[in-house]
Amino acid sequence: MSETVEREVGRARARKEDAHLITGQTNWTDNIAVNGLLHLAILRSPMAHARIDRVDVSAALERPGVIAAFSGRDVAEAMGSLPCAWPVAEGTVMPDHPPIAVDEVRYAGDPVAVVVARDRYAAADALEAVEVDYTPLPTVLEIESALDENAPLVHSDKGTNRCYDYRTTDGDYAAAKARADVVLTRRYHQQRLIPSAMEPRAVVVTPLAASGEFTLYSSTQIPHVLRVLLAVTTGIPENKIRVVAPDVGGGFGSKLQVYGEEVIALVLAKRLGRPLKWTESRSEANLATHHGRSQVQDIEIAARRDGTVLGLKVSLLADMGAYLMLLSPGIPILGASMYPAIYKMGAYEFSCTGVFTNRTPIDAYRGAGRPEATFAIERIMDDLAAELGMDAIDLRRHNWIRHEEFPYTTIAGMTYDSGNYEAATDKALALFDYDKLRAEQADRIDHADTVRLGIGVSTYTEMCGLAPSRWLGEMRYAAGGWEAASIRVLPTGKVEVITGTSPHGQGHVTSWSQIAADVLGVPFEDVEVMHGDTLLAPHGMDTYGSRSLVVGGVAVHEAARKVVDKARKVAAHLLEANEADLDFADGAFSVKGSPEARKTIQEVAFATFASHDLPDGMEPSINADHVLDPETFSFPHGTHLCAVEVDTETGAVHVRSYVCVDDVGKVVNPLIVEGQLHGGIAQGIAQALYEEAVYDEEGNLLTGTLADYLVPAAPDLPEFLTDRTETPATSNPLGVKGVGEAGTIASTPAVVNAVVDALRPFGVRDIRMPCTPERIWQALQPGKEASA
Amino acid sequence: MTHISLKVDGTTYEDDVEPRLLLIHYLRDRLGLTGTPIGCDTSNCGSCTVDLDGESVKSCSLLAVQADGGEITTVQGLAQDGELSELQKAFHARHALQCGYCTPGMIMAARDLLREHPHPTPDEVRHGLEGNLCRCTGYQNIVRAVLDVSEEEVKA
Repeated sequence: MSETVEREVGRARARKEDAHLITGQTNWTDNIAVNGLLHLAILRSPMAHARIDRVDVSAALERPGVIAAFSGRDVAEAMGSLPCAWPVAEGTVMPDHPPIAVDEVRYAGDPVAVVVARDRYAAADALEAVEVDYTPLPTVLEIESALDENAPLVHSDKGTNRCYDYRTTDGDYAAAKARADVVLTRRYHQQRLIPSAMEPRAVVVTPLAASGEFTLYSSTQIPHVLRVLLAVTTGIPENKIRVVAPDVGGGFGSKLQVYGEEVIALVLAKRLGRPLKWTESRSEANLATHHGRSQVQDIEIAARRDGTVLGLKVSLLADMGAYLMLLSPGIPILGASMYPAIYKMGAYEFSCTGVFTNRTPIDAYRGAGRPEATFAIERIMDDLAAELGMDAIDLRRHNWIRHEEFPYTTIAGMTYDSGNYEAATDKALALFDYDKLRAEQADRIDHADTVRLGIGVSTYTEMCGLAPSRWLGEMRYAAGGWEAASIRVLPTGKVEVITGTSPHGQGHVTSWSQIAADVLGVPFEDVEVMHGDTLLAPHGMDTYGSRSLVVGGVAVHEAARKVVDKARKVAAHLLEANEADLDFADGAFSVKGSPEARKTIQEVAFATFASHDLPDGMEPSINADHVLDPETFSFPHGTHLCAVEVDTETGAVHVRSYVCVDDVGKVVNPLIVEGQLHGGIAQGIAQALYEEAVYDEEGNLLTGTLADYLVPAAPDLPEFLTDRTETPATSNPLGVKGVGEAGTIASTPAVVNAVVDALRPFGVRDIRMPCTPERIWQALQPGKEASA
Repeated sequence: MTHISLKVDGTTYEDDVEPRLLLIHYLRDRLGLTGTPIGCDTSNCGSCTVDLDGESVKSCSLLAVQADGGEITTVQGLAQDGELSELQKAFHARHALQCGYCTPGMIMAARDLLREHPHPTPDEVRHGLEGNLCRCTGYQNIVRAVLDVSEEEVKA
């Protein structure tokens, strides 16, 4: 009898990915060096809105080492317009978006000319010699004034700054409001954020001019989607383009994009017949890599005196920035289903208006629409608790979907398959020592302590696993939401997993190895995972939206099951037994009742390779592909609790403790899950306390570097105490729910709720994010309004 | 052009460089030592941290000519005969990296920190690494990894 192999799924495996990353044997796009490589540099608009009267690159061409230089007009015909794949509403205004501006620049950072030179220094020097004449145009910078009657137009040919109106309702909100004892109305501001992946973007294109073939390396999350859209945008046939995402240094949505620089590099490599590299500086990244959030949220909640929520009304103004990027219109709509969150209610109204402004385009940033939704509902639930004099936890408990009520279809039409809010919350409260902290808070109030304690609650859920293709179709998204996996068992018994997901820090190589090793019964070490190259992994939808495990990981699981099914036929033939009489365990088929008659999957793989003795008519392969289209979303959830100390004399906030209990369903690798939560919580805290893209009144970005834009460092963050409950998803065979964005979604409202909780005795009911010492201090000055 | 001579990860190099050439570009573009990446242009992120004559420096903030005559260690020079350094092992064991872009600089900065404070408190580790940004990990596992190495030394 064989020993039972320890199951891989659930093990805290240290990552396979690490070896090359900790030794510097990396393959970042900017590392790529090929013979004759030229360097591209981009001149960007210093103005937020201006007419381009003249671009003269002739002096730049005279500079030593300069090979070529182009204005937008020089290359406009070869480049097309950058794509937007998500016109969420009928009549969505879709402005033309040339990769290099031709007639007008519409945000500070809009490209106006490019230079190609022998090295990066020569290219940067030559930019200074490009002459551009601008006529300044009036700007519209604020979301709230974009629709004013006399507002300047970002796209004058469209006649409006209104991009779209989207609306969805269920139940009769007006009636719910009429029946309510309490109606709270709030306006929250989701500040504009700069994603700040540590690796700035980079693109390398190597052309094979004679045959018109191109390899494009890019620091991207989406090599497959990018390939399709590069073909559509440039007219170069899709089957002549290979896209590679080498090592990618973080993305957080910012590399879920088809960027102008990718199109520019491809078109110019074609035109010049030479390999080209473009590498973004950080200052350039802050201007030119898309930003996130930037919404004004009006939210109204109607409730009975006992705390029962009757209805919710949400009205958003969502900043698109100057142009529509790949998913810009759809980002706030991803949140539309999530405002009701974990709560039962009878009526829901949601509307969103997208507006153009003269600022960097907005698109996906960690969580993409869902953090905004969770923030607003969790903030107003805390406010409602305060209004009703209820404990914040008790109010949530009174309204949430009870464990025995799953599966449950929310008022927003989402069917949550499973969850246990009670268990996660009870565990979190115990870890946090909630009652003791509440006692300390009361004590500090009694003693008029200058340092106050605030306790913030966030009981979130998330919609993971983007996405059922039919749903995407109904939402007017241009593509599907499936994911592909292939598994090859090699003649020597080693296994190759090919995934269409494209990791950039999430640890897919390790997790997918664990999944495949379990199904196939092979050692974890024997599995290699290939990804991020359209030649190696031709079929995929890439990595974003907490989709990789729930869609791509499950696809690996299903492909592995197909391999076992095929291998079973071969094993039955070799063992001269019926398939039905075979057991498969620990990587070997054995005949029921006579376990000595066995064939390992490796032996079957070799026998299939040799193909000397296969069942009649059988295709000589046990390899398998699977393309999985999810039937539904998954809904991880959890309870995050935050205690802050607020110094009422300085406004300084110190996060004293942070506890979270997350339920992400079945866990493949607890080490990776915990890591995802840590990083996510950090980004959420960063939004609550530190980060904001700030512009001056002329539309210049003031937070243009990491000296001004405050990505938190280690001393700015607390130790997180994380724990889990496990309520498996019922919608996929692994029971997994996804974890990529949970921390970010949950932590921002937990922290702001804690800050506001500390300040409530002073009459403060909101602090606009980021909750800086200055804003808090201002809010505490007698006679001043809280900066809501 | 200025003539420089410096030792990087045990190998001596002599080159003529433009005086304005940044050390990081010299390492990456001239020597092909791409293990040390560039994360910003204002010396805030620390991705490019290397060791110069026994102190950690941000190689984006030094000119190559300023390193003339010096001895540099990068992340690529830490493993000896295929054996990872204790910090490299600890970063792996503790899952102290995700995308890995900040990791070379973080390891080099942590190495410097432990040299100066062999047995830091968690708070000292956090402050010691404040010049190095990570966007993926929230720093918690980085702090754990550094403390692990410090405790290893206590045991030894």
